[in-house]
Amino acid sequence: MTDEAKSGLDAVEEGPTPSDGSGPQATGAPADRNAHPSVAALFERFRDAVHHHEVNAGDQHVVHVDPARNIEILTWLKDDPAHRYDLLEDVTAVDYGGGRPIQVVYQLWSIPNRRALRVKCLLPVDALEIDSVVPLWNAANWLEREVYDLFGVTFRGHPDLRRILMPHDYAEGYPLRKDFPLRGRFSRAEQTRRALNQDVDRFYIPAERAVGREPQEVTFPSQPASGPGAGSDESGA
Amino acid sequence: MAQKTIEYTVGRNPEMGPGGLPTASPLEPFDIPEPQLGSEHMLINIGPQHPATHGVLRLVCELDGETVLNVTPHIGFLHSSFEKLGEYRTWNQIVPLTDRMDYLAPLIYNCAYVMAVEKLLGIEVTERCKVVRVILMELDRIFGHLLWLGTTAIDVGAFTPFLYTFEERERIYRMHEAYTGARITTSATRVGGMMADLPEGWIGELEHFLDTFPRTLAEVHRLLTNNQILIGRTQGVGAIGPEDAVNYGFTGPNLRASGVAYDVRKDNPYYDYETYDFEVPIGENGDCYDRYLVRMEEMSQSVSILRQAIDRLPDGPINNPDPAVSLPSKTDCMSDMESMIHHFKLITEGIKGPPGDCYYPVEASKGELGMYLVSDGGPKPVRWRVRPPSFVNISVINKLAQGHLIADLIMINASLDIVLGEIDR
Repeated sequence: MTDEAKSGLDAVEEGPTPSDGSGPQATGAPADRNAHPSVAALFERFRDAVHHHEVNAGDQHVVHVDPARNIEILTWLKDDPAHRYDLLEDVTAVDYGGGRPIQVVYQLWSIPNRRALRVKCLLPVDALEIDSVVPLWNAANWLEREVYDLFGVTFRGHPDLRRILMPHDYAEGYPLRKDFPLRGRFSRAEQTRRALNQDVDRFYIPAERAVGREPQEVTFPSQPASGPGAGSDESGA
Repeated sequence: MAQKTIEYTVGRNPEMGPGGLPTASPLEPFDIPEPQLGSEHMLINIGPQHPATHGVLRLVCELDGETVLNVTPHIGFLHSSFEKLGEYRTWNQIVPLTDRMDYLAPLIYNCAYVMAVEKLLGIEVTERCKVVRVILMELDRIFGHLLWLGTTAIDVGAFTPFLYTFEERERIYRMHEAYTGARITTSATRVGGMMADLPEGWIGELEHFLDTFPRTLAEVHRLLTNNQILIGRTQGVGAIGPEDAVNYGFTGPNLRASGVAYDVRKDNPYYDYETYDFEVPIGENGDCYDRYLVRMEEMSQSVSILRQAIDRLPDGPINNPDPAVSLPSKTDCMSDMESMIHHFKLITEGIKGPPGDCYYPVEASKGELGMYLVSDGGPKPVRWRVRPPSFVNISVINKLAQGHLIADLIMINASLDIVLGEIDR
């Protein structure tokens, strides 16, 4: 559709404007490290890999760490007997748009110590790769798949990294990025055309297709002529 | 017609007894080749439209005979991009999106969302509002567990409990409707308060429910808890140990059935839950039967919390009186210039707060529900993320179902208590 034709109703259909994240990022002033025992210990142990610490929403401690060393730091947080962040509550990402780095957010909770910690890794948009934490927490399996699906962050070493909420052959990009339009990149006609022409085979992942025998051609018998009397022998009940 | 005689001779059997009757089978045992069933696995597709998947969930199972070797859940059929939509809406406009996620316990989602916004923006709520939200959340915990109970009973072949639980659910539906005007899409909360105070007589209705509901629960207990069929179908099925359950991200009743006493209401309390007297039921074996027992006990505990909440329900305003947060009453709007200005500014500009982010965990009926909000100081969130408990719980189904029969897969899926609106979002 040309720009000239895109007017009138289409312009209205663009809908409301999103929050474009043009305001300040959630990187507040550096906070007191000693208020949270794990943060103080992190700064002591990984001095050069912990970049920033802030307190958001009153009492929520956030540390920004070097994405290249996320496995090392998270393993220590999980296994160190003084900290024991054994429950990975959430893995998600935040895109502020405008070419700014995409944040990968790990929300940790320590069941024995009853303590929360949020760990962020800032990834530049041209190098969206980070090590997967599935070897540490199996809970990260689907959560990282979702981040990959919606933000395009690649997790190195993930056992099964493929799209999860969107179709496997979704070609429009990564929907939760700020530069992704609300109604998708393709026109409605193109989206419908793709939906109607989809290959049934794609509903099965390769590992599943390898299980069964070769798919057999199913031929349906031609429709019997409809109308009174036609095929009356078998049309009982 | 001429008769035709056919003559034939019978070979004499050496074991023929007196009278010519055989004493043993003349058949010689011979070798039947064993069918080579183990050499070929079968792929079975369940869903997405199947009543036993409790929604539009699709499970592709690799079977060896009837034994499940692998289950791959395929989700996303209900994906509505709620999180993206949220970035286009002001804080209050997001509330209607939240109850579409868990339509089986919508009020918990309404409350959890606005609690996160209030935490992020630093908005206080009144004491009455806190207690009302506790009442609504506990009521919907019962609401969600009742649906799980009825449908799970159907999955093992018991139809009667379904009728009992849905009759009780219908009463909660009516209470939803009396308060919010809607049965499922409640949208009852607003940032800084509720959309209205509880209507006249609503608490009386709730008390009546609390008096009669335990009787129904006891009846279902009698029908199911010692039922031979239920025990046979659930004990030892889909078991997971405590370390694995934590590692796989289990939360809520599923985690507690494995023996881990993690309940957000106790461990990270909100809304004075530490002052309510209730117990957190814990299972031992982490199998489907323990998940059943934990949820049954949780309903009794919710009844107890509801009674305490009714006792302490204070009078007073339900909304934060700050005009920058709550809408003025319609009467004030029409008669008072200043109120009209506040109304206009709230509607057109929305509520603004400091930039930052906030993760707010709440114990929903399915598990830990986390609302993660990121603000840049504007009236709309930069990112609204829901940590969906069912999403993480259902990702474990492959581990739980491996080695069990395909009939047990249905029971395992039911025992996880999922809701697809929230998995797909």
